[in-house]
Amino acid sequence: MTALAALIRRDIRIALRVGGGALIGVLFFLTVVVLMPFAVGPDLALLSRLGPAILWLGALLASLLTLDRLFMADHEDGSLDLITMSRTPLELACAAKALAHWLAAGLPLIVATPVLGLLLNLDMVATGAVALTLLAGTPALTFTGMIGAALAVTLHRGGLLMAVLVLPLSIPVLIFGVAASQAVIVGPMTFGAPFSILCALSLVSLVIGPFAAAASLRHGLD
Amino acid sequence: MTLIDLANPTRFLALTARVLPWLAAATVILLAIGLYQSAYAPDDYQQGATVKIMFIHVPNAWLSMFVWGVMSIASLGTLVWRHPLADVAAKAAAPIGASFTFLALLTGSLWGRPMWGTYWEWDARLTSVLILFLMYLGLMALWRAVDDPSRAARAAAVLTLVGAINLPIIKFSVDWWNTLHQPASVMRMGGSALDKSFLIPLLVMAIAFTLLFVTLHLAAMRNEILRRRVRSLQMMQASRIAFSSDVAAGSRQENASKEVGAA
Repeated sequence: MTALAALIRRDIRIALRVGGGALIGVLFFLTVVVLMPFAVGPDLALLSRLGPAILWLGALLASLLTLDRLFMADHEDGSLDLITMSRTPLELACAAKALAHWLAAGLPLIVATPVLGLLLNLDMVATGAVALTLLAGTPALTFTGMIGAALAVTLHRGGLLMAVLVLPLSIPVLIFGVAASQAVIVGPMTFGAPFSILCALSLVSLVIGPFAAAASLRHGLD
Repeated sequence: MTLIDLANPTRFLALTARVLPWLAAATVILLAIGLYQSAYAPDDYQQGATVKIMFIHVPNAWLSMFVWGVMSIASLGTLVWRHPLADVAAKAAAPIGASFTFLALLTGSLWGRPMWGTYWEWDARLTSVLILFLMYLGLMALWRAVDDPSRAARAAAVLTLVGAINLPIIKFSVDWWNTLHQPASVMRMGGSALDKSFLIPLLVMAIAFTLLFVTLHLAAMRNEILRRRVRSLQMMQASRIAFSSDVAAGSRQENASKEVGAA
């Protein structure tokens, strides 16, 4: 347990310090959201209707782009080999690393959401709903994306290939995240149903992600 | 004859060389019967002659999912039993599955043109098949991105299994998303509502297409095995050339140092 806590602390510290680059994700998120009005026009009514979708897409891309550093940096300096050889089960170590990554790169996105909501003309309730769905949904993005990160490190290929592999897997999260936000703002639907499915998706990916990532690391590293 | 007996590629090649002509012949005969029957099937009272697209469309759609199932079993073979031919099977199946999926999409949109008035509708089934197609392409990109086949095999196996778990979830979410966005405008074709004059040709075509897949898959596996043999022979040759030139360079250096010593 202390080993896992130490791993989480170490990863967060590395991510937040110089060279870590966790906060670049937030900057990317901000930039994507700022770009949107240039594409669809400065119509505030339209922006507020598209708001949840824009925020979700931005968060999806931001969390995906920061992911390929998840195992790559550790692989380069050799600490990934120590982690795979240590007595801690690799599945738990992967889960701890993903949790640390979410705390360092995922949580800041959610903190930034209210500010971006202002830019997109979302009211308080809508912004709160989007932030809440992001809070419930981004762990699923991190934990499924971790599979892609593990594949990327074993194949020595990152970037586009990983994005192509991981993005289709994140479609359900996107669907239910946007649906739950829209349910609060306009929808005839209730907020509860899509939101609980979103939580369920996060929990499922919490189980599948570490096992798949550990399997690919164990079979792929040499 | 169990699966492990096929682990020897040479035995596999010998066996498939005997089986393949029969399989190909059976495929051709069944396809001919199926096409004849579906050409002479009556027109639908609502859809007219376009209903005949169904006889091609449904087998393709069925195979698009069946092939992923075959690939998942092969991936289990790679990761769990380390069966030497499992990754060959998985690699050979991916392009065939992608082709069937593409044909399902194509025939679906050709059918959709007269039925819905548009080539593409963000209908739940079309959308989830499109995502399946994207995942096939991603898998093929993964195979192509890495030059070491065994390394790519294990990565692709993990991804195939994750996909097998995720595909039902994606299907369910897309269904849910679609009903949210546009309430049922999709024609439904319940299996029980299908008349016998449609059902029999459809079944024949489904069996014929499955046989077609088995034939193509075995042939592609043979090609892959032969391709790997050629590759390893080339590598051996290359290393032999490199080794002999190394030796030559070494002896030349030795001579040079001797000359320097003599001087």
